[in-house]
Amino acid sequence: MMTVEELRKIKEETLKHMESKLYKLDKEKIGQKATNRHVLICGGPGCYSSNVEEIKERFVEKIAEKGLENVEVSISGCFGLCESGPNIEIYPDGTFYSRIKIEDVDEIVEKHLCQNEIVERLLNEDAKKEDKILPVHQVDFYKKQEKIALRNCGIIDYNSIEEYIALDGYHALAKVLTEMDRGEVIEVMKKSNLRGRGGAGFPTGRKWETAYKYEADKKYVICNADEGDPGAFMDRSILEGDPHSVLEGMAICGYAVGSDQGYIYIRAEYPVAVKRLRTAIKQAREKGLLGKNILGTGFNFDIELRLGAGAFVCGEGTALMESIEGRRGMPRPKVERTAHKGLWGKPTIINNVETFANVAPIILKGADWFRSIGTEDSPGTKVFALGGKVKNTGLVEVPMGTTLREIIFDIGGGTVGGKKFKAVQTGGPSGGCIPEEFLDTPVDFASLSKIGSIMGSGGMIVLDESDCMVDIARFFLDFTVDESCGKCVPCREGTKRMLEILERITEGEGTPEDLDRLESLAEIITSSSLCGLGQTAANPVVSTLKYFREEYEAHVYEKRCPAGSCQALLQYFITDKCIGCTKCARNCPVSAISGKVKEKHVIDTETCIKCGACMEACPVGAIIKK
Amino acid sequence: MAFEFNWEGNKDRVNRLLNFIEENKNKKGVLMLILQETQELFGYLPKEILELISEKTNIPLSEMYGVATFYSQFSLVPKGENVIGVCLGTACYVKGGQEILEKIQEILGIGVAETTPDGKFSIDATRCLGACGLAPVIMINEKIYGRLTVDSVEEVINQYR
Ligand SMILES: Cc1cc2nc3c(=O)[nH]c(=O)nc-3n(C[C@H](O)[C@H](O)[C@H](O)COP(=O)(O)O)c2cc1C
Ligand code: FES
Repeated sequence: MMTVEELRKIKEETLKHMESKLYKLDKEKIGQKATNRHVLICGGPGCYSSNVEEIKERFVEKIAEKGLENVEVSISGCFGLCESGPNIEIYPDGTFYSRIKIEDVDEIVEKHLCQNEIVERLLNEDAKKEDKILPVHQVDFYKKQEKIALRNCGIIDYNSIEEYIALDGYHALAKVLTEMDRGEVIEVMKKSNLRGRGGAGFPTGRKWETAYKYEADKKYVICNADEGDPGAFMDRSILEGDPHSVLEGMAICGYAVGSDQGYIYIRAEYPVAVKRLRTAIKQAREKGLLGKNILGTGFNFDIELRLGAGAFVCGEGTALMESIEGRRGMPRPKVERTAHKGLWGKPTIINNVETFANVAPIILKGADWFRSIGTEDSPGTKVFALGGKVKNTGLVEVPMGTTLREIIFDIGGGTVGGKKFKAVQTGGPSGGCIPEEFLDTPVDFASLSKIGSIMGSGGMIVLDESDCMVDIARFFLDFTVDESCGKCVPCREGTKRMLEILERITEGEGTPEDLDRLESLAEIITSSSLCGLGQTAANPVVSTLKYFREEYEAHVYEKRCPAGSCQALLQYFITDKCIGCTKCARNCPVSAISGKVKEKHVIDTETCIKCGACMEACPVGAIIKK
Repeated sequence: MAFEFNWEGNKDRVNRLLNFIEENKNKKGVLMLILQETQELFGYLPKEILELISEKTNIPLSEMYGVATFYSQFSLVPKGENVIGVCLGTACYVKGGQEILEKIQEILGIGVAETTPDGKFSIDATRCLGACGLAPVIMINEKIYGRLTVDSVEEVINQYR
């Protein structure tokens, strides 16, 4: 059995091997001397798929071959900047290399590690500014970030419980078990005002208190790792990069509310996360940090994994419980709170992965510290998965209250290919599209809902001028129709009708009445659906209708798609780039193109069948769709 | 499809499943666990095996069918040796995931949820695979391939031929 004393000992021992990579946590130290050097390889979801295991092997081999001493190599969780992966950082100097291939390893070892010479061609492109080489924390992408939930991601080796312990892991659990009574834990959580990160933003401390006060012979703690927003991977990165932080948060919750059994419900699409969680649970049990009589205090708590099977609605708390109980995942009517009657009819606390990852730091550093970050109404930080048409796709964690503009332009580097920014979609299928005029909105729970979107779980998809907003709305409705569980009529039938209308509009068959129909359907579905899925399903339509109505109208009245994305509405044109080679005219199957040799050709849009043969045939790219 | 379940060839798997049922029988909510194990072992949920499970656990077939058809991960027909999951999550969709899917359908000559006649490939349209930073993304078996283009995807698939 592990004691608190032994926990401290593991910390001290392990810290010795980690010295230089810990400089990542202390910007002042970067570049100073250290007793060892560290090659840190990103093993986040993106980079991991690019054979980082082999890259690591090659480093180890080559370092041995060169006889270098005191150089450690490890793979950690996500660094965040997926765009430029596979990424590598070298400490103590904080050099940031990107897009590393296995062939590059030898050069890094020979030049950087043997001769202290930076391999400029492999530097991250933003790590070079006006001839100066910037260490990783000064790169634009990282400058404004602040990490709580992702505190260990990108530093510790995810397979090492010792490294987690070295960075104060399980110390918060030790603290609550040895120094605090259950009520005190609840008080700290309430005072911190940590709001649920799964989407709805319910205050975590208050939720815990409800279960704490309710007497029962059995209570459960569930971690919601279903991460259903299609275009988001925050929870996945935490689970894969720092699994113990979630286990510790759950155990603290178990102690506070009086539960001895936790479940993690994780979606089956994340096989790597499942594997790492299994390893982490096994390690924690072996060390006596899960199981019976934890740290000799008499507290029992164990965690079991349950896998989802591909149903979005199972992210909804009560549907998830149905699924764990082995049934179809259909939401229950909300007659009673799950904190009173949840899993198998027992008091149950369900929280999101990121919510649990925030718990240990709050216990260790206190509620006041947590409230000093972020805003009054939404303290702390939020992790976002930045994707779509933005330069730096990846994972960012910023204090609440940071503006959308800062996230998308300062951190994300703006749009790509000179295209104009059009909107940002937050909150996935339950959220909305926010246009440019609201980019200075701070991200917190209240501000985002005021402008017709929601915080959601943290998906943030940037859209540019080539994205059609009607099509985006159609995309999300298609998703909801597919994922509606079918239990209540407004959601099952209503979303289908909305989808049909949107399909009509994108195919150029929409009528002016369709716009009114969309609006009234949206109202009905929102007000009369059983669960959050239906109640928010119309949001993507409502927000695009509100901010991009002229785009809908162009489809309906002019049969035109301004973004040039709806195939059925596109027309082919020949621009002035035409050199008059006649290839297009010869390839056109319906002879819709006319023109003389060496003169600009013209397409008769009436005859054109939009097959695209001319565009493929044109040697100078003179034909465009519009 | 006329299809005879091969009990002899699957003896090992059937035994493993029976052991799994025996070990977990008393766990609450065991049906999902058993179906997931079955899907894992056989690649789909064979009717004959569902009957066997029903016999061992006293869970009616109708209930099993209800659960199996609710979740998209369960399949009642065999899948190909290599399952290609094409991500149609938001990040991948706006970066051309749909075109990648169409190209793969063209290359293999099958549609979504279908299997090639030689049993080598099947195609699934999936939700976010959690690698949005690399969009558009596909997953073959458990390996992720990202930053694909309509031109590069054939090469990826050829590695599995
Ligand atoms: C349709 C639907 C899907 C949801 N999906 C998720 C999800 O994938 N992950 C999650 O944490 N919460 C999801 N939620 C929210 C949960 O119902 C619940 O509010 C949350 O897990 C509570 O944890 P929190 O307070 O820590 O946010 C979903 C809700 C709805 C209505
Ligand atoms: S949207 Fe495709 S991996 Fe996330």
